[in-house]
Amino acid sequence: MTWIGNRFKFLFRSTKGLILVAIAFAALISAFFGLLSGPMADYGIKDVVVKALNIDLQPAEREGRLIALYHTLAMVMIAVEVYMITDLLKMKENQRLSINSTVTIGYLMVIFGGLPFAYWGHNWVLHGIYIAGLSIIFFAGCLLLVALWPWQKDLKLKDKEYAHTRRGFDLERVAFFMVALVTLISAIFGAVPGSFFGNGFESFLAENVVREPHKTALDLSVIGHLHIMLALIAIMCALIIGRWMDFKGILHKIAMPLYIFGSFVLSMGTWLVVKFENIAHAIIYGGSTIAMLGALLLVIFSWKKLIREGLEVKGIRKGNFFQEIAALMRDPIKFGPTWQMVFMNFTVSGIGIFTAVKLDEVFRQWQFMDERSLLTGHWHILATLTATILLLYYADLAGLKGKARKWFGWLVIIFSDVAFGAVTIYEMKRLIVAEGAQQPLVNRAVLAGDIGVITLLVALAALMVWRLIDLFKKKGRWTVETDHRLDKKEEVKK
Amino acid sequence: MKKLIIFLAIGLLLSACQPVDFQEKPPVFNTGIDPNAWATVPAGEFLQGQFNKEMTIDHDYEMMVTPVTVAQYADYLNEALTAGTIKIVDDQVVGYYEGEPFQAGRHEEEFPAGDYLHIPLADEFLRLNYDGARFTAKDGWEDHPMTVVSWFGANAYCESYDWRLPTELEWEKAARGTDGRAFPWGNDTARNNANFYFSRDPFENMKTFGSRTTPVGFYNGKVYDGYQTLNSVSPYGLYDMAGNVWQWTGDDYDSQHYRYMRGGSKDVYELNLRVWARNNATPTFASPGVGFRCARDNKQE
Repeated sequence: MTWIGNRFKFLFRSTKGLILVAIAFAALISAFFGLLSGPMADYGIKDVVVKALNIDLQPAEREGRLIALYHTLAMVMIAVEVYMITDLLKMKENQRLSINSTVTIGYLMVIFGGLPFAYWGHNWVLHGIYIAGLSIIFFAGCLLLVALWPWQKDLKLKDKEYAHTRRGFDLERVAFFMVALVTLISAIFGAVPGSFFGNGFESFLAENVVREPHKTALDLSVIGHLHIMLALIAIMCALIIGRWMDFKGILHKIAMPLYIFGSFVLSMGTWLVVKFENIAHAIIYGGSTIAMLGALLLVIFSWKKLIREGLEVKGIRKGNFFQEIAALMRDPIKFGPTWQMVFMNFTVSGIGIFTAVKLDEVFRQWQFMDERSLLTGHWHILATLTATILLLYYADLAGLKGKARKWFGWLVIIFSDVAFGAVTIYEMKRLIVAEGAQQPLVNRAVLAGDIGVITLLVALAALMVWRLIDLFKKKGRWTVETDHRLDKKEEVKK
Repeated sequence: MKKLIIFLAIGLLLSACQPVDFQEKPPVFNTGIDPNAWATVPAGEFLQGQFNKEMTIDHDYEMMVTPVTVAQYADYLNEALTAGTIKIVDDQVVGYYEGEPFQAGRHEEEFPAGDYLHIPLADEFLRLNYDGARFTAKDGWEDHPMTVVSWFGANAYCESYDWRLPTELEWEKAARGTDGRAFPWGNDTARNNANFYFSRDPFENMKTFGSRTTPVGFYNGKVYDGYQTLNSVSPYGLYDMAGNVWQWTGDDYDSQHYRYMRGGSKDVYELNLRVWARNNATPTFASPGVGFRCARDNKQE
């Protein structure tokens, strides 16, 4: 029993163990449900899996299934962010434990209630477990908000290198608090219409109603909810990476107000969609631009830091351009997260702004199916790129070193970028090629996308298998990591 | 190891770069389904949409058993050209449309009375020949659905015979009958139920030109050169109500200029073949995946 007990303690009580379990669930869910769509469906694998596992794919319930699946994956990734936040930011130990345990119970209920309900037929007990899981995660968010309260006297900053108020309160903590607060409020914008439509069992995907001229308040609420939640998860991710990189100095002092103000304005914009659809988009662009400027400052800071550290390792005081590039890319695990943020501008933000500017002139001249393909690709890339950033951070926490660290880091960066670049070309294909002649381009984009995603999943699987093997070792890494904490900056500074 | 990966990557990409003949002649099969036939849909209640709302259509109506074919449309063009109801301007077939109310809705475009595109003659995927005087169907495409036709072109065809495009409600009832099924033939799909993306029909080659239209009424249970189709007729006897081509419908909704299409097409996955799935586009949009069929209120010879 001790054998199991010790490992259970690592997996469900330590931060690194909790993150490992959540990422393992995300990997398993992505790999399994990936068998039911895209190329796996094209090549008949879906049919085999559906038959072998007696999956119940009622045609009228597809949208509901997808909503359950998306929410499940989102809750797992939110749990990962919560574990990181509760360790990276100071809070009472009992707060940390109660938040972590609450969010863990919540996402496990979402997985084991929601997915069987969605894919193996209706059982209202399972649906109840799913909804209760979502509610528990919301409650964990409320606990987190209390724990993050920034205006605590004992949390005043002593190191003035970090952004702070005149009275010494930590502005980075305010940013975490603000993003957590607007995330919780934005969740309500999904929960209210979800309750209304869900109780009537009338689910719909936001991308299916974008051209409807008369949307109800509940329709708009769902659209706003979808837009904001992914953006806020991405902003929280940028804050976490900033903490990991020990973001400080003048850029930190400029970036934190930008994050705080940007996430608030962005959220306001999406909430206002419900009442003032006409002006909401302008506010959303304003807010997201401000928040993105904060992320840009993080990128500048971290790249300068990586170059400095890389040159130091080589014993070079001042390097030339190529030496600096080599220093920047020396450690793909550290370089990757901020590179992915830059890459996000090409595949998500840039495309989003271009689409908004040319909406009537170009994209609304396409048939709806093509516009929907663009929207779906856009949200998928944003979500998955954010996940790769967290994955790279976890690879560092998991202790990947040497060649394995380089291979894993570069595989994740290169092949995720190949995949998302290919998806971007696929979703914008109507700009490049006529509909009737698109198949060769589609084939190349799909091939590149498949190679990218499969390699990414294989790299992730290798990391998980490595950690699984470690769990069977008497004195594996897990024995040390059980008491590891992420918070203090020692991990960052080494 | 690195060299091997690079070699494999280049090999894979090159293998996807074969020259493609988009005009490759299709196989020719006789489906035995008459594209001039009509089916009657009786007045009464039916279950509409994804969530099976009870709806009533208060009139009997008829719909064409199949989408309008390339040969039928070529005949119409010749008649209309002679009658002067259409004309050729800048490589386009255009015709007069009386215009529609404009409510200045968000993103709404105005379409006042005037000449509008019916068919872009320069489109390489148009299955028609035009020799300067007459239209004919391209060899092998006669019985395929007419595509690369705008909503104006589809509407003009139906109106020229005193018919009309079906409303979305009429279209859906004709496709699913009254029992709330998801597809015209029932609730489950197989690849040989309809022409959709990666359905592996004899007209498709996903390595080269991709998915192409099948002759109207192709999925009727017959075997074509070893390819067994399932009889996918709708409860009222209509073919191709799922897959092959999206079909324009006639509704003009408030505060928008979009026209809606139903049925899914050769270019979309089966989820878009569900009878409630909708596509839409501006009425001048013309695509190799969009066709139409007509409806009429009273029985006519």
